[in-house]
Amino acid sequence: MFDLTADEWTAILLSLRIASVATLAALPFGIAVGWLLARKDFWGKSVLDGVVLLPLVLPPVVTGYLLLLTFGRRGLLGGFLADYLGIVFSFRWTGAALASGIMGFPLMVRAIRLSIESIDQRLEGAAATLGANPALAFATITLPLALPGIISGAVLCFAKALGEFGATITFVSNIPGETQTISAAIYTLTQVPAGDAAALRLVVVAIVISFIALIASEWLARSAGRRVRGE
Amino acid sequence: MTMLTVDVEKKLGAFTVEAAFDTAAGITALFGPSGAGKTSIANMIAGLVTPDRGRIVLDDTVLFESGRIDMPSYQRRIGYVFQEGRLFPHLTVRANLAYGRRMLRLSAEPQAERRILDMLDIGHLMERRPGRLSGGERQRVAFGRALMAQPRLLLLDEPLASLDAARKREILPYLIRLRDEAKMPMIYVSHAPAEVRAVARQVVRIDGGRVVAIGGHELLVDAEGELTSPA
Repeated sequence: MFDLTADEWTAILLSLRIASVATLAALPFGIAVGWLLARKDFWGKSVLDGVVLLPLVLPPVVTGYLLLLTFGRRGLLGGFLADYLGIVFSFRWTGAALASGIMGFPLMVRAIRLSIESIDQRLEGAAATLGANPALAFATITLPLALPGIISGAVLCFAKALGEFGATITFVSNIPGETQTISAAIYTLTQVPAGDAAALRLVVVAIVISFIALIASEWLARSAGRRVRGE
Repeated sequence: MTMLTVDVEKKLGAFTVEAAFDTAAGITALFGPSGAGKTSIANMIAGLVTPDRGRIVLDDTVLFESGRIDMPSYQRRIGYVFQEGRLFPHLTVRANLAYGRRMLRLSAEPQAERRILDMLDIGHLMERRPGRLSGGERQRVAFGRALMAQPRLLLLDEPLASLDAARKREILPYLIRLRDEAKMPMIYVSHAPAEVRAVARQVVRIDGGRVVAIGGHELLVDAEGELTSPA
């Protein structure tokens, strides 16, 4: 049963690529927003907080449709990006990465924000008395101490991106080899007669990938946590 | 001869710090009961807290002048040893000690550094992380970290207060060596007359956010009864 077909491999590799790109692209934004929410008070903070969390509570189809309106060929930003920068999201794997990155973003920001909030801010003051300007203090103290939270945030985002279905299929459809991820492929297989065996194979693959991600993050976060606690 | 002039005012909730004093070379104690505002004054000298108004001058450098000058903490070159050490938990003792030199891009001075390590007896701890140090060791490393950044003035905020009586007796000789060998001007914040008597000659007595007397050990005599803390 475990001879995966070429089409199945395509869907698996595509899923991994989309989830990895989504996570890596979201990471700098996740750290910046997590830091802002943890450390700064500014006008509109609760609005930013709400917008970041929105994909978590909105029906994914709604998020996907909003992305289509915004980043579609005739969308508000999509036309501009396509005409002037040559970046196209609609019906491309990059669009799938955008959709799944946005869906995973709230989970990432939450983990990073919590870990930055738990850092003793007085350590940054100590760094300043030793000559570190705010940017250096952030890079040498805050960022390394937030690492366990950043890792678990990234893994949560990756897992969410890997399993994302509703927003992705609404925004970029279900095109084999371009936007058909494992989830979309399973969905397609369940719609055709005699697709059960292939669907089941992909289900097992999805479970294995998720498990590996979970174990890897657990291990990484634990070793980073030991460093942070000074052991 | 190093000279520090402080004349600051700061409202902290219902409490107001309003303190003015000068210090000459050597060690000056800021002495007074807990909650008198001693740490706030030290934080203003270090640049970690901004006064509402006033002036702070170290030799011929104006560190703060209301409305005109507020030199950031990382440019002041004022070392700070905190009550709880505040070592960076994710860095080894070696990296903690080198932190100031790296941030300030000072060239390495192996001889001077060797002297500091010997004076504080911490050379054997270099590869450990702060979580694996005893309270006394941690505080000695905190002294070393502040010294190695080659500060113009060293602030010591209740450096022994978090230690038990035996650890205090262990550290006190190092402090006295620090005073006699490092020849660095210091401000020693403490509520314990015995400590102040051992390390400082000049005493600035603080109470209720104000300077109530400036003088020598005779100021400790009046205060001894009410202020001696059960170690």
